Amino acid sequence: MSTAAAQFNQDARRLSADLRHRQTIQTAMGKYEVARDQRKTAFQDWQAARQMAAETKWVAVNHLDRHLEQFVRNIEARGAKVHWASTDEQARDLILGILREKDARVIVKSKAMTSEEIHLNEAMEHAGYEVVESDLGEFIVQLREEPPYHIVFPAMHLTRDEIKDVFQRKLGDAPSNNPEELTMVARRVLREKYLQADVGITGANFAIAETGMLSITENEGNARLTAALPRTMITLVGIEKVLPRLEDLALFLPMLSAMGTGQTLSCYNTMYGGPRQPGEMDGPEEYHVVLLDNHRTALLADAEQRDSLHCIRCGACLNVCPIFRNVGGHTYGTTYSGPIGAVITPNLRGLNDWKHLSYASSLCGACSETCPVKINLHHHLLQNRRNASRQKPSWWQKLAFKAFAPMATRPALWSLVTKMGRLGQKLHGLVKGSRLDPAYAWTKTRDLPPIAQQTFKEWWRTRS
Amino acid sequence: MVEDSLMSERDNMLARIREALSVAAPLPGHDHATVRETPVLSNIADQRRVLPAVGQSFDEQLVLFRANAAELRADFRLLNGVDALAAELKGLRDAEGWQRVASHGGDLTEAACRALGLPVLLTDQAYDKRELAACDVGITGCDALVAQTGSVLVTSRSSGGRALSVLPPHHVVLARREQLVPDLPAVFALLKAKYGAGYPSMISFVTGPSRTGDIERILVLGAHGPKKLTILCL
Repeated sequence: MSTAAAQFNQDARRLSADLRHRQTIQTAMGKYEVARDQRKTAFQDWQAARQMAAETKWVAVNHLDRHLEQFVRNIEARGAKVHWASTDEQARDLILGILREKDARVIVKSKAMTSEEIHLNEAMEHAGYEVVESDLGEFIVQLREEPPYHIVFPAMHLTRDEIKDVFQRKLGDAPSNNPEELTMVARRVLREKYLQADVGITGANFAIAETGMLSITENEGNARLTAALPRTMITLVGIEKVLPRLEDLALFLPMLSAMGTGQTLSCYNTMYGGPRQPGEMDGPEEYHVVLLDNHRTALLADAEQRDSLHCIRCGACLNVCPIFRNVGGHTYGTTYSGPIGAVITPNLRGLNDWKHLSYASSLCGACSETCPVKINLHHHLLQNRRNASRQKPSWWQKLAFKAFAPMATRPALWSLVTKMGRLGQKLHGLVKGSRLDPAYAWTKTRDLPPIAQQTFKEWWRTRS
Repeated sequence: MVEDSLMSERDNMLARIREALSVAAPLPGHDHATVRETPVLSNIADQRRVLPAVGQSFDEQLVLFRANAAELRADFRLLNGVDALAAELKGLRDAEGWQRVASHGGDLTEAACRALGLPVLLTDQAYDKRELAACDVGITGCDALVAQTGSVLVTSRSSGGRALSVLPPHHVVLARREQLVPDLPAVFALLKAKYGAGYPSMISFVTGPSRTGDIERILVLGAHGPKKLTILCL
């Protein structure tokens, strides 16, 4: 078992028994579900919208080369500088290089999962820069020195008391545990950072090929300020974020908002096409766009799972996943958690170390059903399992199937084994769930359904 | 390899992408790759068929915008004439004790600033961001109001740059009735028609005052951007 798998098992066991944690998550998800369903119902045809969005992303991703070149040509024509990064290390070096050149001191960031993916904050802090996360949830988890819990709601696992505590400890300022007062503390602290910051770093939700723009969806206004006040702006974006045309946003913005947070539209949906243009009096003088591969092309090469690059990071699959809701976001130990994380992480970071995530699923299919761009998530989990067992077959599974095959192909033997099984199950009842139980590994947490008292063949024979 | 070191990272990435795409992927809703033709992208009619419904008439759209704004806790007021606008603004000034306003050039914004009789910071000239942060209100024009979503469309060109509509604690938008558009497809068509030859560097849909739900999913207004959004429509 890989260390990642051992850590997953250990944390999953602890957290699924933590009732307070489960209560916190269920309450948050309950509110989300009501809002999401209300927004979905407002669409005249949600299923057709999903198909349309899936086809648009299919076109974007299956002609990625063309769309990226178009995007770069257009945004560079407006004065932005585009950088290409094959690896996380290249992306970090590129960004550190820009910071050095700009002689920066204070960096303000708005939420970017790509920066979590390449561990950008650690690299910048290590190099001596002051880095401030400006999204409230990200700011809170940064103060607690932990990774985001959820790709959309980074601090959803925390109660107001825990947030008050960390504000008291790190900022020396927490008048009460009232969410509004706590938010205003963060507003005051971060407002000053915005005015000091030399460089602003953002992620992006969509890259529009046709017009050369990056679209950022947010609620707080922190990304707007990040893109307005510092003299240099950097956007770190995965290559798969392209959309062919500006008007595709008419569909994607409301779908992302509905599924991400249950809103008609998130508060600010903003498209940035380059640095300050002639005649404009504010905004960055320099705009750098870093296009990140970091194994995305490996995922692209797998035609079967290529559609996982359609993901718009709305987090809807996490929210409906019975596993995520019980083991929580940190247990995954990955940048992207939940079903989409379980699908892409083995492809991005190595199948052998991360295949266990594909087994952390009941295969209920709720993820595939909710996905606004129709990624075939639970099928991909099965494909990961298949690929894992092809890559490294398990001896006991092979043995089990070798034993099973002769029984399954010989009706008389099958009938005998079924009868023995019924008897065996009666005896099993005596030790079931105790340490003497030979099936303890299974029965300590799961039911073992009884074998039917009559097989179909037996029943057929008794028909008059 | 020598060739590799001579290739730029751009060429490396594009080469990997083209190599990866040499195998076709199944279309959405299909399990196997049999079709190589590209799906047709949606047009305005397709998008309108699936997006939330919007009434045909101006009055229906106005009702929808008003309802959306109320749900978003934006303050929407429909006014008759510039005098009513001036009176409304003076009322807000007195109620909130505005000392200093920020705005930009334009007939409505200039009329508004004249009516208020307060010192004005203009952001369509070079300005100091700390001075803007100290203003009580940012008064801007807009490009459109979107009935479907209750959004205000602002751009760096129509709304005094990037910071004016987001840095002061109160954002007052001045709009005209004819700026109301039915839905998102219409607003993107409008953007293309108006700016297709040269887009502003920032285009933003502002949908209610700034908000967060990051603490126990409880709604708090004014996370970083304006705590209040007032839309005055003539």
